[in-house]
Amino acid sequence: MSETGLSRLFEGVRQGIGPGAATFVFALTYGAAAVQAGWGVAAPLTFSVLAFSGSAQFVLLVTLGTGLLIPAVVAAVLVNVRYVVMSVALNDSLRGGRLRRALQAQALADASFAIAHKGGGRFDLAHLIGSTVPQWLGWVSGTAVGLVVAPSAEFMHDYGLDVAFPAFFLILAIEEMRRSSLAVVAGLLGAAIAAVALLVLPSGIALLLATLATGIGFMFPRAFKRADEEGDET
Amino acid sequence: MRIWLSVGLVTVATWLMKAAGPLLVGKRRLSPRFGNAAGLAAPALLAALLISEVLGEHWTEIDWATIAGLAAGGTSYLLKAPMLVAVLIAITGTALLRLV
Repeated sequence: MSETGLSRLFEGVRQGIGPGAATFVFALTYGAAAVQAGWGVAAPLTFSVLAFSGSAQFVLLVTLGTGLLIPAVVAAVLVNVRYVVMSVALNDSLRGGRLRRALQAQALADASFAIAHKGGGRFDLAHLIGSTVPQWLGWVSGTAVGLVVAPSAEFMHDYGLDVAFPAFFLILAIEEMRRSSLAVVAGLLGAAIAAVALLVLPSGIALLLATLATGIGFMFPRAFKRADEEGDET
Repeated sequence: MRIWLSVGLVTVATWLMKAAGPLLVGKRRLSPRFGNAAGLAAPALLAALLISEVLGEHWTEIDWATIAGLAAGGTSYLLKAPMLVAVLIAITGTALLRLV
């Protein structure tokens, strides 16, 4: 098995193609919604290229239409607060000085975080960057096509296309939970916290609270020895 | 103007949050116990993202066809279906249920 940086990068790209396809479908909806909200073409496309953040972009689209600028920006930013936790988790696996690491961390995306995770809190940087490439391409091209074609919400709904994105979250969650029984507990706990929090709180805060489920990692340090040994990939 | 300003603010904030680890922690290494907890961030977050997509804020987006489609896709994946096949099962299952 060749384990050069380049082959690991391509392996990451390969693993990112599925989530990239789902991201494309999700981006169609975003492009179409931006047209309907009267955002024009340049702003949403620039937003997708630079921010590459589906949920925050959707939230801004909805909140800016109905309210003031600062609360809308805050709501959109809160959707992404989970990145702070993910970035801290990732930091040990990044290379170089602070600035280089900060640049590498820009490859962070939900699916990439899962694809790059090698168990026990270690992440493969080449897999992270590689798997983000098709997702970024899917997000940007999907936005562009959505802006031009503007498929109706009914079309996406009738063909079940709105399910593509959550379906990938489901599969990646299953994949993560296969690692160890503690990962199953963390997943179930995270889901339960999010479900309860969503009743009263915005989704960004609910997601942030769900990361508290990682706290069980402090409670059962001995479980990790075994989980690490089992989960260590070849 | 309003649109561009808010787009710029959200973009920069997203960059900073993605860089939060390097910016706050730098080259220091997390203690092993933090490392252990960090490994659980992926399952906890992905499960929470799924729940938030399915339920929506205040549980207003619950759709039984979506849930049934996702259950079919998830089950097929547990039964060793490839990733894309499982997603297609979720999509077509949901679409078929919405037909009836």
